[in-house]
Amino acid sequence: MSAPALSTRGLAKKFGSLVVASDIEIELPQGVRYALIGPNGAGKTTLINLITGMLRPDAGRILLDDADITMLPPDQRVRRGLVRTYQINSLFPHLTALESVTLAVCERTRAARIWWRQLPAYQHEIDEAYDILSALALAAVCHRLTRELAYGQQRLIEIALALATQPKVLLLDEPAAGVPREESKELFAAIAGLSGDITVLFIEHDMELVFRFATRVIVMVGGRVLVEGTPHEIASNPQVRAVYLGKATGKAMQEPRHG
Amino acid sequence: MALAEKVTSPQLYLQAQTRWRPVEIAFWLATLLPYVLFPNYLSLASQIAVTALFALSLDLILGYAGIVSLGHAAFFGVGAYTAGLLSKYGWGEPLTGLAMAALAAGIVGYATSFVICRFRHLALIMLTLGFGLLLTELANSAGWLTGGLDGLQGIHTWKLLGYFRFDLYGYAAYSYALAVLFALFLFARRIIHSPFGLSLRGIRENLIRMPAIGAPSRAHIRTIYTIAAAIAGIAGAVLAQTTETVSLDSLGFERSAEVVVMLVLGGTGRLYGGLVGAIIYMVARDQFSGVVPQYWYFWIGILLVAVVVFLPNGVLGGLAKIASRWSRP
Repeated sequence: MSAPALSTRGLAKKFGSLVVASDIEIELPQGVRYALIGPNGAGKTTLINLITGMLRPDAGRILLDDADITMLPPDQRVRRGLVRTYQINSLFPHLTALESVTLAVCERTRAARIWWRQLPAYQHEIDEAYDILSALALAAVCHRLTRELAYGQQRLIEIALALATQPKVLLLDEPAAGVPREESKELFAAIAGLSGDITVLFIEHDMELVFRFATRVIVMVGGRVLVEGTPHEIASNPQVRAVYLGKATGKAMQEPRHG
Repeated sequence: MALAEKVTSPQLYLQAQTRWRPVEIAFWLATLLPYVLFPNYLSLASQIAVTALFALSLDLILGYAGIVSLGHAAFFGVGAYTAGLLSKYGWGEPLTGLAMAALAAGIVGYATSFVICRFRHLALIMLTLGFGLLLTELANSAGWLTGGLDGLQGIHTWKLLGYFRFDLYGYAAYSYALAVLFALFLFARRIIHSPFGLSLRGIRENLIRMPAIGAPSRAHIRTIYTIAAAIAGIAGAVLAQTTETVSLDSLGFERSAEVVVMLVLGGTGRLYGGLVGAIIYMVARDQFSGVVPQYWYFWIGILLVAVVVFLPNGVLGGLAKIASRWSRP
């Protein structure tokens, strides 16, 4: 068996006395679709922030393809293929969709350092950006400013930006947050259609989507990994049921029975 | 928007955006008008061209990369003193003087960029302000070199290209300042239409997001800060060479603040904003100070408040809005 695409060893983080991550050990093999679930405040986004270097862990290690990246700055992790999206749109409001994605492509190919040649000369980069947008059904609006786009389209641009970096491991923080249910299925269909080489971990509250698109599920509670398993194992796990049924979100766990 | 329907390839669309627009060509042709219409104001025109170049350099960092600086005159001053000192101590050739000024200001810019690139917003304003004050006092205390409060005297600029003499009428001065402005404008235009220019806009739009697309934002900021410093240095050098004097206020706080005002007046992030702002500001100052010299800042205050309240994107932003309404059916 080859090394996992991404793994963490004993990852821990405290804000003052508040423990937001404690002894987190995960291993994500290449190409697997993982869902990360847990009640609000379980530390899901914090875990993504730790893995991508937006936060520095108090203890523990992060390994990408067996290389220790714990101390690397965020942009260098991206260059190595560890890429995230944001729960709340974090885009470039006054760039067009095409400019935004072209920017991300140019940063990857290092064309973004060039200030003595005009952008239109970079046909390869522009075409690649256009193809990414086309694949996400955004070609028709590619010359519109990002801020003028519909919310669901902006969520897709989040993903387009991530794809432009050619990720090996993609961490999606609630990719469908705020998107109507029908549209969020389309969005997840786009994610499911990604290359099988890419390892995907997504945070999602809608259990129907989780059970439909994830091959494995990690459950976090109170900054710890409670359990990891197939969707079926998770659904029938008494601990998980207790966590969810004990809270207001109890209804969520019943969704898969219908789905 | 009309362009989007005409061309299909995204590459052609982007190409169309880098093309020269008629209004740009008209603007540059209009810069030749002072020769014909205001031959008595050519020395004012050359100072406007210098100031416009200085404002252009600020636009590269403020308008494109979102770096607010209240100490940009530091580089202007370094350039001015470099060219002035070179000339005073025997080398008055203007073009090499510009090159040396660019180099000196660029080195100072590069050195400080390592601190600059780590900060944003208020901290950045304070940093640049402090840095500017520091340099002003340094120049003040080094009177043996800079002439201190009396200014640097004894500058003699050689004939431009060995032929054109800088005289009182200002023909050579304006032509020189305008040529340098135009050349560096072309340079700046090239930068903002490059992939690097796109990255700068990304930094301005969302600095936090940049590392998440793998962008080394700090390296980008260091590059543009150095380039902007060098251009500001060239602007200072042109002023030193054409007026044959350098005073402490060439790197003072007032000049730093003024150039921000001009850029905001004209409109940031448009290349032409600094140029238009410099023209409005300098002409207004010339006119108002002729009438009521002591109240000149009163009028510029009103102008500034009015522009910020009614034209948040500056004069050019306002014009662009009107133009886009007009062109839409």
